[in-house]
Amino acid sequence: MSIRKAGMTRKHLSDLVMKSIFRISAFASVAIVVLIGLFILREALPAFREIGVWKLLTGTEWRPGQNLFGLLSMIAGSGLVTLGAIVLGLPLALGCGIFMAEIAPAWIRGIVKPSIELLAGIPSVIFGLFGMVVLVPLVRGIDYPGNAGFGLLSASIVLAVMILPTIASVSEVAIRSVPDEYRQGALALGSTRWETIRKVILPAARSGILSAVVLGLGRAVGETIAMIMVIGNSVMMPTAAGGDPLGIFLSRARTLTGNIAVEMNYATGLHSQALFATGVILFLLIMVINSTARALMARSMGSSR
Amino acid sequence: MKLHRIALSSCAIAILVLSQGCGRQGGSGSSAAQEDTLSGEISVVGSTTVQPVAERLAEAFEALHPGAVINVQGGGSSVGVTSAGESSAEIGSVSRDIAQSELDQYPSLVIHTIARDGIAIIANTDVAVSDLSLDQIRGVFSGSVMNWSQVGGPDSPIIVVSREEGSGTRDAFEELVLGEGSQMAGSAILQPSNGAILTTVAGTPASVGYLSFGYLDPSVKTISIDGVAPTPGSAAAGTYPVVRPLNLVTNGEATGLARAWIDFIYSADGQAIVAEEGYLPVN
Repeated sequence: MSIRKAGMTRKHLSDLVMKSIFRISAFASVAIVVLIGLFILREALPAFREIGVWKLLTGTEWRPGQNLFGLLSMIAGSGLVTLGAIVLGLPLALGCGIFMAEIAPAWIRGIVKPSIELLAGIPSVIFGLFGMVVLVPLVRGIDYPGNAGFGLLSASIVLAVMILPTIASVSEVAIRSVPDEYRQGALALGSTRWETIRKVILPAARSGILSAVVLGLGRAVGETIAMIMVIGNSVMMPTAAGGDPLGIFLSRARTLTGNIAVEMNYATGLHSQALFATGVILFLLIMVINSTARALMARSMGSSR
Repeated sequence: MKLHRIALSSCAIAILVLSQGCGRQGGSGSSAAQEDTLSGEISVVGSTTVQPVAERLAEAFEALHPGAVINVQGGGSSVGVTSAGESSAEIGSVSRDIAQSELDQYPSLVIHTIARDGIAIIANTDVAVSDLSLDQIRGVFSGSVMNWSQVGGPDSPIIVVSREEGSGTRDAFEELVLGEGSQMAGSAILQPSNGAILTTVAGTPASVGYLSFGYLDPSVKTISIDGVAPTPGSAAAGTYPVVRPLNLVTNGEATGLARAWIDFIYSADGQAIVAEEGYLPVN
């Protein structure tokens, strides 16, 4: 009796210890986010005060030598390259996810899945190098005024490949978690396989697929070194020089992340603080993306029930 | 227990430091002159253009004076000025003229020009134009000349490649070529290093950029300015117009180890190293 009791208390004790360890880890990760946010904000505060939030967000001129700090062209650059990456990458990634979850026999899946995981493990500088050496000369072949190969299109393609593994594997998991009854029910009612996927499985997996897209968005907005290598880094509002609105993707641009990475080495004083302000805007942008996604997911989950 | 540990580790550190000091003395005693009192440590912070030549000059100096340690770090020309001005480093390195605003901020800065460096205008090898006037170059880089046909070449848009804001090479180029009136074209492709400039211009047809003489290689063509080719000879003769100083700055007159190192740089041995690295000696 007493032995068992001792065993029980030891068990309780270990539960207690582990519980507090887990609790500390959870709090630590929250604390790290808060601390980093506060640090960036503190460094950026003088820039917000001296330049003004509105001027930073809406100014189109970025000339640190003349104390002009406008981030609008880089906000546009980050936005457009992310849009391009999603437009190019989402169909491919989603198709890949559907194929792995619904169509592929086990042995093909056994080849495809590890390859996609390998793709996720390739360092981004390698993607950048590939883009610089292979994609940029290819894109340069498009006859369009001012096109030098470096620009939003090359960057979007590189980014599309980079977000593909994230979207493909997360959406595969989402599709896989749709209950088998749905599938069998639809097939039993006479639906073809494609109808089952399109009308039953994809709607049921909607929230998971949405979160896959959002994870991809986050990766796209945050990507730095591969973008620096292919986007041209010009401080200019992306424009369609040749009239055709799609030509905007042949324009050079700079991303918010690239702005920090390219200039931080040399920046001092207000210039450096303005780069921290760029970081704050990036931080806020990602927070907005994440919370929008959370709201969307909550809604779609509510409606599918 | 804590105290005990601190005492123990500080003892260990003391022993380490002492034994190292002994080792150094033993090593230098025989070869170096008896009156060699140059020892200690200084740091040199700033321009990445000056960094490689400063490292070689530091090595050569340390070989002569085994007690001296000279730490060379990068960071950029502006960082060089700030580090020296705020005395966070004994010496700052700056690959351009010191701006008036910087002298206003740190009036006690003393400037030592240790070498000069030419900046060459480079172009992709398919570019037909091989000579431009300074005015034309200003037009090309400020964006008012946008097609090679405007400067005597075939009809093809010019693609400008430049360094990023804050780079000493860019600052010097803007000061020497663009001047007060014009600024770098917004559509210029910006690359964050000399090597990336070289790769980009070599790989992009119809592109034009600028590069320190020290980095030139046959993968790109150079463009002469008003008939003067960018060579060490023309830069030394003063006929090539885009030449910048490589400076060291100290807060007040240099003293001690910093003084000795700068004197060494100005000596024949020091200037020979400067020339070996592809820069123009100042003597």
